[in-house]
Amino acid sequence: MSQYPRIEAASENSLILYLGAQTGPQTAQRIASLLPLLQNGFAEHLIDLTPSYHSILIQYDCYALDHFQAMAILNAVLAMPESATKQAGKAVELPVYYSEQSGPDLAKLAKQAGLSVQDVIRLHQDAEYRVYAIGFAPGFAYLGEVDKRIAAPRLATPRKRVPKGAVAIADRQTAVYPAASPGGWNLIGLCPTPMFNPTQPPFMPVEVGDRVRFRAVDKHEYIALGGDIALLTGECN
Amino acid sequence: MFTVLKAGLMTLLTDAGRFGQAKLGLTQGGPMDPFAFELANYLVGNQSDSTALEMTLGGLHLKTDLTTWVCVSGAPLNWRIDDVQQPMWQSVQVRAGQTIELDVPETGLRSYLAVAGGFAIAPSFGSTTTVLREGIGGLDGNKLKVDDQLCVGPMHATLRKQALPETAIPQYQQELVLRLIPAYQYQEFSAASRALFFTSTYEVSHQADRMGYRLQGQKVPSQTTNMLSEGIALGAVQIPADGQPIVLLNDRQTIGGYPKIGSVLSLDCAKLAQCRPGGKISFEPISMEQAHNLMLLSRSRKQNLLARLDSIHG
Repeated sequence: MSQYPRIEAASENSLILYLGAQTGPQTAQRIASLLPLLQNGFAEHLIDLTPSYHSILIQYDCYALDHFQAMAILNAVLAMPESATKQAGKAVELPVYYSEQSGPDLAKLAKQAGLSVQDVIRLHQDAEYRVYAIGFAPGFAYLGEVDKRIAAPRLATPRKRVPKGAVAIADRQTAVYPAASPGGWNLIGLCPTPMFNPTQPPFMPVEVGDRVRFRAVDKHEYIALGGDIALLTGECN
Repeated sequence: MFTVLKAGLMTLLTDAGRFGQAKLGLTQGGPMDPFAFELANYLVGNQSDSTALEMTLGGLHLKTDLTTWVCVSGAPLNWRIDDVQQPMWQSVQVRAGQTIELDVPETGLRSYLAVAGGFAIAPSFGSTTTVLREGIGGLDGNKLKVDDQLCVGPMHATLRKQALPETAIPQYQQELVLRLIPAYQYQEFSAASRALFFTSTYEVSHQADRMGYRLQGQKVPSQTTNMLSEGIALGAVQIPADGQPIVLLNDRQTIGGYPKIGSVLSLDCAKLAQCRPGGKISFEPISMEQAHNLMLLSRSRKQNLLARLDSIHG
């Protein structure tokens, strides 16, 4: 049986570290806590780190370090006591304007689940989510886990255009679309907080391992927080 | 300043690439053929990572209002300054008011044009490289278009004519054996699947771009399903459910959930990036030690080459 953490080669200049067979809050926390330690451990020889659900891809300068030196640094980081790695993963609250106007799949999702629209909105807010991964598009954060009762499969036919700020569910994950893009997730609301701002740091309100909660706001607060009013009048299909 | 008269199929401003931003979901971008890109810069006296142009299938026409040096490298093409044919892989002087015209390459795909001083572009996330899928880098995240204006940085003071020796000019091949480091889910592929993969010849499909090259040929069965998405290295060979390998290149998504049998050596990714649809591809496994030896050897050869240029012209 596989033991974790497990290290595999990924390419001539990268290793992939697996922290568990699956993801979960502890794994996400561990990944978040390892990122600064890896940054320090590999120092100027680090090229990039790609954290994801249960793994971290570590890309290093292979002219400076060989595979074995890179493994030795990685093992030394993994051997550091857990206590030194505690305070990772900040709490972030994201406002959401849930309504059938801002969330065109809300009613369908409630019907499928045998719940009221209000229940769906409540269950989406009740959970604390972890940022498991960022990818697909710049700033797209995958948050888990969504309450089983409101988990819903991706649309059979993805929408050609999902608006920026759309709050969405796919299976047991939820996300806020950082920019308008095609997408197959179920749309339940709009978030006025920009998820990706390429012009100034911090470029994203969240990073991998953070804890996220959603808070319902009404239309007025959505607009007051910078939400795009045009999205409430336009077509969303 | 340079003004774009004709943009070509896809001409991108790029430096060496965008690194350290994978946590935001930003890919590396950068030149698909780093050797050609670096040499173009080097021959006009630039740092090897200065911002230059990568042209896919050439076709770029520029007008300049300054007298400076340029170098064209990469996929071999005919190019002219004011209708006078010019050589590739050497620094060439261009005068204010002249027009530069590049044709479509005869072989290969990607050519480079560097200018002394580099193109002056404000970096985004630490890099000027243009990634069209992300809309980031270059001029507002776009490929070049007609009437775009490109400013140039301060030029190196003591520039002179330099050329790459004829024998060092790369030949771009349509038949390649790509060296691959077994990695990622390699152990999860059956011995039969691995044997099929390493003994088959694949064809480059028309779905071949800066994100990745989809190959066609012998199906590689994979037992791995339902994988969690994980970080993807340059050159990773993904085997989706249809069993047709995809070699992931510079503009790949940062994470993905398909099983990967290993990763192609970056030196060979650059050769693949010059290969056109219809090209014949096979794979050869190499160890990590061999990979590092090959990387160091290639670097050492390049340094010797550059030192020789210096001694010829210095």
